[in-house]
Amino acid sequence: MQDVLMASMKFRYFKQQAFFTVVRLSALLIVLALGGLIAYIIVNGISAISWDFLTLPPTDSMTKGGIMPAIVGTFYLTVGAIAVALPLGVASAIYLAEYARQGKFIRVVRIGVNCLAGVPSVVFGLFGLGFFVVFLHFGSCILSGALTLGILVLPTIIGASEEALKAVPQTFREASLALGVSKWQTIYKIVLPNALPGILTGSILGIGRAAGETAPIMFTAAAFFTAKLPSSIFDEVMALPYHVYVLATAGTHIEQTRPIQYGTVLVLVGLVLGVDLIAIVIRSYVRKKKRW
Amino acid sequence: MEGDSIIELKNVNFFYGQTKALTDITMSFEKDRVTALIGPSGCGKSTLLRLLNRMNDLIAGTRVEGEIIFEGINIYGTDVDPVDVRRKIGMVFQKPNPFPKSIFNNVTYAPRLTGISKKSDLELLAEESLRQAVLWEEVKDILDKSAMTLSGGQQQRLCIARALAMKPDVILMDEPTSALDPISTAKIEELIDELRRKYTIIIVTHNMQQAARVSSKTGFFYLGKLIEYNATEKIFTNPDVKQTEDYITGRFG
Repeated sequence: MQDVLMASMKFRYFKQQAFFTVVRLSALLIVLALGGLIAYIIVNGISAISWDFLTLPPTDSMTKGGIMPAIVGTFYLTVGAIAVALPLGVASAIYLAEYARQGKFIRVVRIGVNCLAGVPSVVFGLFGLGFFVVFLHFGSCILSGALTLGILVLPTIIGASEEALKAVPQTFREASLALGVSKWQTIYKIVLPNALPGILTGSILGIGRAAGETAPIMFTAAAFFTAKLPSSIFDEVMALPYHVYVLATAGTHIEQTRPIQYGTVLVLVGLVLGVDLIAIVIRSYVRKKKRW
Repeated sequence: MEGDSIIELKNVNFFYGQTKALTDITMSFEKDRVTALIGPSGCGKSTLLRLLNRMNDLIAGTRVEGEIIFEGINIYGTDVDPVDVRRKIGMVFQKPNPFPKSIFNNVTYAPRLTGISKKSDLELLAEESLRQAVLWEEVKDILDKSAMTLSGGQQQRLCIARALAMKPDVILMDEPTSALDPISTAKIEELIDELRRKYTIIIVTHNMQQAARVSSKTGFFYLGKLIEYNATEKIFTNPDVKQTEDYITGRFG
């Protein structure tokens, strides 16, 4: 009897260890993949980085010089996308989470939002080309690109915002309403402020991803080469992801531009990770403050 | 001794979807008195309480029949805004639920949204409300600190102060001490004793000693029906209905 018990205990212990090892390895693999990728980019790209690289336009058929117009272009496109998607996304999320009577219609809307999140980014690019560039006659410019990127991140922002709104305890809403405060004031004064950190974190992560997208902007905003900086939202701009794509595939001097490609990728990854870092800092700050 | 009635229920039925939660309730609550509602879990006493300031409106698929008259007006009439009802009929919940704001901002939150903007007025109102809730001495030096740093009992008194700041006529209390320790509970009960001079209080409680201690009238609910509604003393010494006696003596519930 004792032996049987011991054997079953040993087996259980073994099973547990085996399972732990598998999950541990999985986690390790992900860290290694990310770490390896970043290390590879840094090793290959760091030599290209200099003050001139960051502040000068490309020269000599883009085989020399810097990437300043692409940095500026990506900045404008990203800020534009935030300006488009954040208000719209948060407003939609408020409607879905706080106002809408849960029923068939809302289920369809929610499925629609989820489907939108799964649409390949190139489809957004083509939609932007067809609708903003051609139909609305905006042409290929910052406005078209920002709108297209905005639509791309909209589902992410709606999703994150809805989760954040739902995470605000129902007791806060009840407490406020029971005082004779109206529903809109309750949302505006109590629910939204408490959901804001979650909304921002989710939205920033979504925006960070969008900043690195190539397909949505290649038909709607990105220029192959332009040394001058945009003077209005109806100007074409260079953008980091598209610049990498161009240098790596479409140029006539692909080998010569290799260091610039790595340098550009390093800047892009640095920007995206920097944006993610902001989100992480906000989240950890809020977690420390939160007490319910 | 019958006082003036402030809220009157006439043949009230209430449904959660298809489920009937309250059946044909007719009763009236006396002004400036404490009325206790008792009964086993699920008997409908909390549902009834939440009917009185239209908090059940928040739950989808609920339906009310009958009339609830407050100050001569049916609060379920089509032209009544629940927001107005809730300003006159405040509520304190089972679990203390202060906002994650400072103590001062908790108390002044609703008054500020309903028109008081002068800082000195708000300060006066905050002090008055906190004094009424017997919390002032404990928090007067830490008004800017987060309400979340207070103890459970203090938080509940803060929630009472927050309700008082709207100067309601009626305060509904939904098991206000069930999440508190005995000392905090005693303080809340003393507070109720103070408040009843100026406010009508309707309290739902699971604690029968509490009902006996604080209230002048008690209603006993069972399975969505008002079984007996009488002076508290009578309910606890010589109830008219056998079911009430069985519940109070602990034979069921």
